[in-house]
Amino acid sequence: MNILWFQSGGCSGCTLSFLGLEEMDLIEWSRSMQLNWLWHPSLTEHSGSETQAMLDAVLKDEIKLDIFCLEGSVIMGPKGSGRFHMLAGTETPAKELIERLSEKADYVLAVGTCAAFGGITASPPNTVEATGLQYDQNFAGSLLPTNFKSRAGLPVINISGCPVHPGWVAETIGLIRFQKLKTEHLDPYNRPRFYADKLVHHGCSRNEYYEYKASAVKPSDLGCMMEHMGCVGTVAHADCNERPWNGNGSCTKGGYPCVDCTSPDFGHLNHSYQETPKIGNIPVGLPSDMPKAWFIALSTLAKSATPKRLKINAISERIEISPEIKRKKL
Amino acid sequence: MSKIIIGPFNRVEGDLEVQLEIEAQKVTSARVNSTLFRGFESMLQGRPLGDALVYAPRICGICSVSQSVAAAQALSQIYGISPPENGQRAINLMLANENAADLLTHFYLFFMPDFARGIYKDRTWFSDSQKRFKAMQGVSSARAIEARSHWLKMMGTLAGHWPHTLAIQPGGCSRSLNDAEVMQMLLYAQKLRHFLENSLLHDKLENFLALENEADLQSWQQQHADSDLGLFIAIATDLSLHELGKSDALLMSYGSFPESNGQRLIPSGVYRNGEFHLLNPSHIQEDISHANYQGDIHSSPWHQAQMPLLDNPDAYSWCKAPRLKGEVAETGSLARQVMAKQPLILDLIQRYGSCVYSRILARTLELVKLTVQVESWLQQGFSETGHFFTEPGDIVHQRGVGLIEAARGSLGHWLEVKNNRIYSYQIIAPTTWNFSPRDQQNTPGALEKALENTPLYDGETDPVNVQHIVRSFDPCMVCTVH
Ligand code: SF4
Ligand code: SF4
Repeated sequence: MNILWFQSGGCSGCTLSFLGLEEMDLIEWSRSMQLNWLWHPSLTEHSGSETQAMLDAVLKDEIKLDIFCLEGSVIMGPKGSGRFHMLAGTETPAKELIERLSEKADYVLAVGTCAAFGGITASPPNTVEATGLQYDQNFAGSLLPTNFKSRAGLPVINISGCPVHPGWVAETIGLIRFQKLKTEHLDPYNRPRFYADKLVHHGCSRNEYYEYKASAVKPSDLGCMMEHMGCVGTVAHADCNERPWNGNGSCTKGGYPCVDCTSPDFGHLNHSYQETPKIGNIPVGLPSDMPKAWFIALSTLAKSATPKRLKINAISERIEISPEIKRKKL
Repeated sequence: MSKIIIGPFNRVEGDLEVQLEIEAQKVTSARVNSTLFRGFESMLQGRPLGDALVYAPRICGICSVSQSVAAAQALSQIYGISPPENGQRAINLMLANENAADLLTHFYLFFMPDFARGIYKDRTWFSDSQKRFKAMQGVSSARAIEARSHWLKMMGTLAGHWPHTLAIQPGGCSRSLNDAEVMQMLLYAQKLRHFLENSLLHDKLENFLALENEADLQSWQQQHADSDLGLFIAIATDLSLHELGKSDALLMSYGSFPESNGQRLIPSGVYRNGEFHLLNPSHIQEDISHANYQGDIHSSPWHQAQMPLLDNPDAYSWCKAPRLKGEVAETGSLARQVMAKQPLILDLIQRYGSCVYSRILARTLELVKLTVQVESWLQQGFSETGHFFTEPGDIVHQRGVGLIEAARGSLGHWLEVKNNRIYSYQIIAPTTWNFSPRDQQNTPGALEKALENTPLYDGETDPVNVQHIVRSFDPCMVCTVH
């Protein structure tokens, strides 16, 4: 399969994250997926005129394009001209090339939240008029129209994440390679369901603190970060606490809140990322699928029953009180 | 005279274009253009202070931790605090981990593949170089990618994930670490040591670090000719890489890795024609005479222009031209190791100046040094009773500056606060220095100068020497413009 990876308004972080794939080094993985890299901004050999000739050949249908990946937002500005990102060595705005390549590909992948929805690059005031490839935040239709389908009949596949998890990319491409990726495997924002149907809260090591509303108040505390520190793991669609990052990590294991980096709104929060907005004492954003009254009732009850161990550990850097050892009577 | 425009480049981060004027098979003048603008500085204006820690890492996916460290340092000055010892050590570990990962990636994936290009097919070393380094095929490259993923597991433990962590805070680190976790990280460090010893050097790291001058290095090369670095040195001698890509800029380092004794492992300073000078950060200014911005042509980072302007006829880049009291500066491993008075690198700089050969050796040496340093920090571990985090109180200063060393060189964040919000945010990245366009005096930036006099081979459209010189700086265009 011929694959072409292109970068526009982003930070290269998704490439660098992807390069960290742990199951197999990327060279061996590419071989086992039978991928032929036509161009990757960090990995392939040729530059300049050879690259331009290759792009021409793809656009003239002389080279088949199986997978087209875009990393980074599409830059539309100023005034729709795209001149804030001209492809080096050419007089062409990057957005024009992105649009034309998308039309040639069997599958189009938006890798990372910038490419999928606009992401941080589209953050206000968005001087550069950045947008996602087929979505502008949560509105369908941007550079590519709402009804765009790649040659294989799928919309742009939005592997959102800031950065993307290497496994999300590798598995999506694996599914494509074995022709197992169908429209019904994508969620309403066209993110692959295998990771977007999970919540970050699933498997978080702070779940016990959450149950008893034993909350962290500052970075380095062990408690749940939902109440005060802006954690939105209960509504964030991703498997970050089930599928480890870089060996054994995750945001919440690292001691900082999930900021919902896979969401179409990432980069558009109108309050501080590291504080939970509240009305009275009640956090504004409630867990998915939970009526407010229930949440309040449950939290009040939980708070009244919080064991001392959790209350103290929640606001400590290290475990201060160990769990009691229950001895079985023989 | 003829003119050529080269682009897009790969194996540099972000989009880069180089315009060359050529006469008699030699470059007479070069202009470097970063072709992408995003506008991070205006995104940060008016936001709550802590949001700098969410935005800053996303300026760059390869030196994301460095951006966080600079932002956290600027914020810590605003709050008048500094991280406790444990927290500082954790941050130093993260920064060293990222810097080493970058140096490793640069050598194996960005720089060496150019020596496996067809143009060199008649050289004696070609088949060896191709076998090891060919882009997306090389056996050494594949092993380096594997070593890199293992090494970055340290980040999972320290930082939650890499890139784009929120673990680095003005008060320290958001994650406390225990001895068992330190033991785990020590294994990741030793794994990198094994790779470097078995593939890069075919020798103990310590033996390599003991080399004191070019003569030592050449005799080391004779004994370790079949290592990846041994091969590079052979190629460098054959192609005279010590004559390629000379920059006459001063070398600059902001200093890095503060330790509990108040010293920094890498000192700050300036090196000019064999002499060491103190660095005065208030001498840093940016010039936009040849960049696409509106505002004062010349101003300090506190008053910098951020709004784009596309119809300045003199402008050819989104990169501004930073100058140190009007002078062009080069930054990176070479500058740092010179500042640290590392004997081998001092000898190289005195012999050859800043060139492709000295830049690459300084990077390799730094990669080895960092690996040993990380092992030693981990062996010392953390204080069992000490803290990782100090809680910030009130704002005590309106201005804060974070001056740190990313893998690619000196990185600065200038942050001003008004009414509890970010009032202005200015970033000068390492490649902004190295790949700067001309200034008002028409003085070329470090790369522009380094490209002058580059010899070209017959009939080349994308001259390979230009590729070597450009990549010898390990450029990152996304940082540069941001
Ligand atoms: S820290 Fe976040 S993800 Fe973890 S338990 Fe609390 S709410 Fe859930
Ligand atoms: S935990 Fe949340 S912020 Fe962190 S990577 Fe996962 S989705 Fe993104």
